[in-house]
Amino acid sequence: MSFKPLVLLSLLLPGVAGASTFMPPAATVTAGEVDSIYAFLLITSLVSFIILIGGMIFFVFKYKRKSATDKTAYITHDHTLEFVWSFIPFLIFMFVFAWGWKIYHDMRHSPEGALEVHVMAKKWDWRFLYKNGKEVTSSLNDKGQKEPATMVVPVGKPVKLIMASEKISAGSTDPMDRPVLHSFFLPAARIKQDVVPGRYTTMWFQLDQPGDYWVFCTEFCGSGHSAMKARISAVPMADFEKWLAAEGSGEMSLADKGRALYSSKACAGCHSADGTRVVGPSFKASWGKSRDVEGGGKVTVDENYVRESILNPNAKVAAGYPAGVMPTFAGQLSDDDVKALIEFIKTLK
Amino acid sequence: MATATAHHENSNYLNHEKGLWSWLTTLDHKRIGLLYFITVALFFLVGGIFALLIRTELYSVGETIMTAEQYARVMTYHGAVMVFLVIIPGIPAFLGNFFLPIQIGAKDVAFPRLNLLSWYCLLLGAGIALTSLFFGGADTGWTFYTPYSIKHSPAVICMALGVFVAGFSSILTGLNFVVTTHKLRAPGMTMNRIPLFVWALYSTAIIQVLATPVLGITVLLLAAENIFGIGFFDPALGGDPVLFQHFFWFYSHPAVYIMILPAFGVISELITTFARKTIFGYTAIAYSSLAIAAVSFFVWGHHMFVSGQSEFAGIVFSFLTMLVGVPTAIKLFNWMATLYKGSINLSAPMLYALGFMFLFTIGGVTGIFLATIATDVHFHDTYFVVAHFHYVMVGGTLMSIMGRDLLLVPENVWSSLQRCLGTCFIRVHLRWLQRHVLSAVYSWIAGHAPSLLRLPA
Repeated sequence: MSFKPLVLLSLLLPGVAGASTFMPPAATVTAGEVDSIYAFLLITSLVSFIILIGGMIFFVFKYKRKSATDKTAYITHDHTLEFVWSFIPFLIFMFVFAWGWKIYHDMRHSPEGALEVHVMAKKWDWRFLYKNGKEVTSSLNDKGQKEPATMVVPVGKPVKLIMASEKISAGSTDPMDRPVLHSFFLPAARIKQDVVPGRYTTMWFQLDQPGDYWVFCTEFCGSGHSAMKARISAVPMADFEKWLAAEGSGEMSLADKGRALYSSKACAGCHSADGTRVVGPSFKASWGKSRDVEGGGKVTVDENYVRESILNPNAKVAAGYPAGVMPTFAGQLSDDDVKALIEFIKTLK
Repeated sequence: MATATAHHENSNYLNHEKGLWSWLTTLDHKRIGLLYFITVALFFLVGGIFALLIRTELYSVGETIMTAEQYARVMTYHGAVMVFLVIIPGIPAFLGNFFLPIQIGAKDVAFPRLNLLSWYCLLLGAGIALTSLFFGGADTGWTFYTPYSIKHSPAVICMALGVFVAGFSSILTGLNFVVTTHKLRAPGMTMNRIPLFVWALYSTAIIQVLATPVLGITVLLLAAENIFGIGFFDPALGGDPVLFQHFFWFYSHPAVYIMILPAFGVISELITTFARKTIFGYTAIAYSSLAIAAVSFFVWGHHMFVSGQSEFAGIVFSFLTMLVGVPTAIKLFNWMATLYKGSINLSAPMLYALGFMFLFTIGGVTGIFLATIATDVHFHDTYFVVAHFHYVMVGGTLMSIMGRDLLLVPENVWSSLQRCLGTCFIRVHLRWLQRHVLSAVYSWIAGHAPSLLRLPA
């Protein structure tokens, strides 16, 4: 009797050891770590399930009613036993919590020097914008079918995505055409991040195997949701650089476009690019810095702060500078213009 | 007239007043319970038809019987009807109304008129919500995520207002149960002696009273944004779409405990009855219900690990979610221990209880996969979550409702029909169980379809 559960377990374990086969192929280090914790959870769950349900079935057969006058034991509780089966699950839960936290921390912090790509989601398509101005969109093939947009990335280099949701047609004034929630899911990297209208969200990955990987939208966004796909093609660095510089790349880089806007939209009148103080804070060496804001509190100068400061300048005014001076540029700058200005500010080291 | 017939020896709550009007104006908790039963059973049929439409559409790849637009609507109504009109009122309003006063020795619930009003609130809310079908139907999913749900569509407005009105049904029922449990217990029936079903209802009632108003406010804001264009959740108007998710899940996470806690109470009773045993660890089971109710208010953020909330919030919510696992595990172990040295009668209701343990355990362990933040990022918004939720809601709540319903057949009918019902229900049960397990396993596999099908790269 005592060895039967063990036999059962030994039959199950090879299946569990191959648990990662239930997962898509893992293409990043993080994905491998997620698969490890997944396999641990699967084995722990199976063991708990066998203890609970095996015990239940065993008792059901052992103590099946034999006659209407069966005597039963009067057992009300057992503190030791109850402590054991509360405390052991607690320890397991705390262990997987801490393990999951560690992996999640790695997911959320991109390494220095990651290749940054802007990602735009709309109903129901993805668009990718590289810093040199190269843009990748979906296309129609010879048969008139939609070919999903393919983002090309170098193998073995971290890639950071700066994601935004946009309208179906840029500049549309149709009130029904509004940006909605999407979610960028790259199963091969086990990562996912919602794309939220009105702000930038970021995620990063480093594909270590060359190949093509699917991207799915995993936030319901309407009737075209399930067909909202993109592809990521991981290629060697040399091939990537060749592809990035090849025809079809943008006429000017995002930073150059931002520099042009900086002059033409008269940002330069109040914000210097060389560190001198004019009306507003200088853009020089501001990127990534922590800044005090009027009324207390701190803010990091990142994509979301710059975007907010352009569209809603008085939301967080830098301490020591006058409020109410800067007008909003909402409606004057397109979403892509804002991205260009952000990239320009990033270059002012 | 009523008093004259009341003394008749065959008089009971079913026949001491007659006619439809006597039912529609009844203040008797047992009759109101049955009204709820009829209503919930009807909506269960409606939600079930939507489920069948979903399964039929998914029979083959591509368009089988409906377009993507129609599918989105069917999915929305399946979810909304099952959650708001079936599972939430299912046990508390039906079984709870029927048995709570009886089990604590009260003549009725504390506020019989409110009790009847709550049933009308459910009917009215359901009516308003289903009117949306005549406006082309809502396609937002049962979660109404903004800004997708902000489309100035009468269908979404009807759904939101319907949920708002139906929410009062839940609030009034919860209020009634809290007061009844505190004030109307028979002499000597202390809190530490009340049946575990009452403990479960009491914990549920606390959640209903405290959480449902938040849902009411949320859907009201959603309706206001749809009607008047006030920017609560639309970033184009200065709102925040993630705020809606916080509001929504602040109710909807505790709400899943409104759905499952009463089922725990039912199972505690079925297992003790059919194993002829005292419950193992009464105190642990009773207080674990309260613990679950309390912690349930602090875990809503685990629905939002990838929504754009901060990393710190994600970690805190993951930790708190793990804590809910402990009282849940305690209950399962205690039920198993209750079977020890019992005299187990494998009658149809007991099979439902054992089936509950089987399916709910799967629902429970898959919950740990989702509470673990690293694995949740991968499983979030996939069929894995759908399977987990259905294991808990169908395998848990519906199994307990069905098992308990069998015992509602009056005893004399019960004994003469026992053999027929028993064999019939065992068969239905086994077939249904098998089908459910298969479909859930299918869902699990479908969640991993990208790898299993080796999608062309």
